[in-house]
Amino acid sequence: MSQVRENSNPPVKRKKRGGDVKAAILLLPSFLIVSVFVYVFISYTIGVSLAENWMPAKASMAQGPDPFATYKNLFENPRFQSDLRNSFIFTILFLLVTVLAGFFIALAVHNMGRTKGFFRGVFLLPYALSFIVTGVVWRWLFNPDSGVNLFLKYSGVASAYKSIKGEELRPEWLTSATTVGDVSALLEKIIPGGQYIQVEMGIPLALIPVVIATAWQLMGFAMAMFLAGLVSIPDELREASMMDGATGSRYYRSIAVPMLAPIAITTLVILTHVALKIFDLIYAMSGSGVGFATDMPGIFVYESMYKALKYNTGAAASIVMLIIVCIVVVPYLIHSNRETKER
Amino acid sequence: MSTTTIAATKKKPYKSAHARHGGKSRRVQFIILCFLVPLFVMPFYVMIMAALKTPQYADVTTMWLPPSPFSLDGLQEAWGKLSPNLMNSFTMVIPAVIISSAIGSFNGYLLSKFTFRFSSVMFTMMLVGMFIPYQSILIPLVKFLQLVNLYGTTPGLILVHVVYGIPITTLIFRNFYVSIPKEIVEAAAIDGAGILRTFFSVIIPISIPGFVVAGIFQFTNIWNDFLFGVITISDPSKQPVTVALNNLSGTQTVNWNVLMAGALIAAIPTAIAYLTLGRFFIQGLTAGSVK
Repeated sequence: MSQVRENSNPPVKRKKRGGDVKAAILLLPSFLIVSVFVYVFISYTIGVSLAENWMPAKASMAQGPDPFATYKNLFENPRFQSDLRNSFIFTILFLLVTVLAGFFIALAVHNMGRTKGFFRGVFLLPYALSFIVTGVVWRWLFNPDSGVNLFLKYSGVASAYKSIKGEELRPEWLTSATTVGDVSALLEKIIPGGQYIQVEMGIPLALIPVVIATAWQLMGFAMAMFLAGLVSIPDELREASMMDGATGSRYYRSIAVPMLAPIAITTLVILTHVALKIFDLIYAMSGSGVGFATDMPGIFVYESMYKALKYNTGAAASIVMLIIVCIVVVPYLIHSNRETKER
Repeated sequence: MSTTTIAATKKKPYKSAHARHGGKSRRVQFIILCFLVPLFVMPFYVMIMAALKTPQYADVTTMWLPPSPFSLDGLQEAWGKLSPNLMNSFTMVIPAVIISSAIGSFNGYLLSKFTFRFSSVMFTMMLVGMFIPYQSILIPLVKFLQLVNLYGTTPGLILVHVVYGIPITTLIFRNFYVSIPKEIVEAAAIDGAGILRTFFSVIIPISIPGFVVAGIFQFTNIWNDFLFGVITISDPSKQPVTVALNNLSGTQTVNWNVLMAGALIAAIPTAIAYLTLGRFFIQGLTAGSVK
């Protein structure tokens, strides 16, 4: 593909070696403003995180004897340890649910005829809402006295559970402090310095409702992305494969899935960065939770800075967040940039 | 008009081929989708029902039931509490959307129609700005707003949304302009139009679809923002509606019917924008992702 394009594109007569300097100069104001608000500001926050005692009234960047002391304290802080655990588990569970559901629903919606627009609209509607609205509504739905539990009761799931297990099915959802699948003991052996882990490294059950609410809101995004990918597969390809005797599942396996791979990667990267940054939805839905079961780095930063007025701690935690997000996003941006150049 | 007919004739053979091969599985898929619809609509149902109940019936144990004494008290009370903030949101969102889309279209035009050194590096560096966790720039942001005397004001919040909106609008417009042939720009250049004149007289008139896509996308993004609103404006009467809704939900004395009515009020503008212009919303969604 790219070769054909290159050949059909004879070297355009360029006035100057560096290309259009005028266009570059016109882009410069936006570039500089964004750079100040992104890179200069981040550098400032790094400065705050390394400073001994930065305060808004006395913005001193003077470093103490150990500039990394704030980071050391941060990683020893049980609350931040839970945050990292929660963020990790939340991201994995959320991606699994959202991407898989989005993919299969997109396949089904794509096959619909006249009802396609209706289904697409319904599944995407939650995406238009504010995270705060979603959090407020779902907090109510997961109230242990009602909501989903009442639904379980009347749908017969609860009584079925009772007859099998012999105990009442009444999940505490958001207020649960239980952690399942604790692997702390294992981690302590594997990771050097693992003895510093002060929280149970398992899956806090209270995260499950949060995952459900977030997946409810963002599944439509994944579906829309996959739908756009499916539409871009030429019909001829499908017909040709059918002509060659490919069955439905064979078509999906050998044509649709490989052709959807680039869009799947884009969707994964976008949803991963949303999950790592998640803040407002959980803040409105459950806050930090019982024993920080639903606390997230985003909430930790916000509360450290604006509730506890520990600016250095908040700054350090936000830089940790930034580094984690960059590990996911920067390789992707560089890769897609290179691809655009080749085209 | 002509495009729709082309699409229709194109679709026909595909559909019939499909009916031949996947008729049964298609029916199964249809039934599965029909089962999923209530699951997705359910939170909306509960929210609207609760908003129309009297305080004593807006109880967790009866949340699934429709309002038996129908009441607008909840909506009234929520409106009384949130309407000033709703107005704040509008006065903040509309200028922010217009300015950030205008800047984005200009940048997108420069990046898609001209080649210059470092263009892709500059573009990538700007794109990073839409992925960073905004928590990591809050401290200097507040300092900066205080320095330019915009802290705690709506213009300050507009400025913040415009600057952090530039990456995404630039991306949307760049992807939009890539599909417009370069010849249009070259023809204008032969006629003696400079970069700016070509932009205003040739590019802008054909950019209406791009502006709708970027506009609707930015409208929902900025309307739904919480973090910038809560950080840069501390006076509750000046805060946007998302922040006010969260404050309301943190108040113990507030009844559920009021809270759900408040959630409904905060959700309505983006929901309407989405339901009327949903097609463009989907375009913005997919155009707004890096390809």
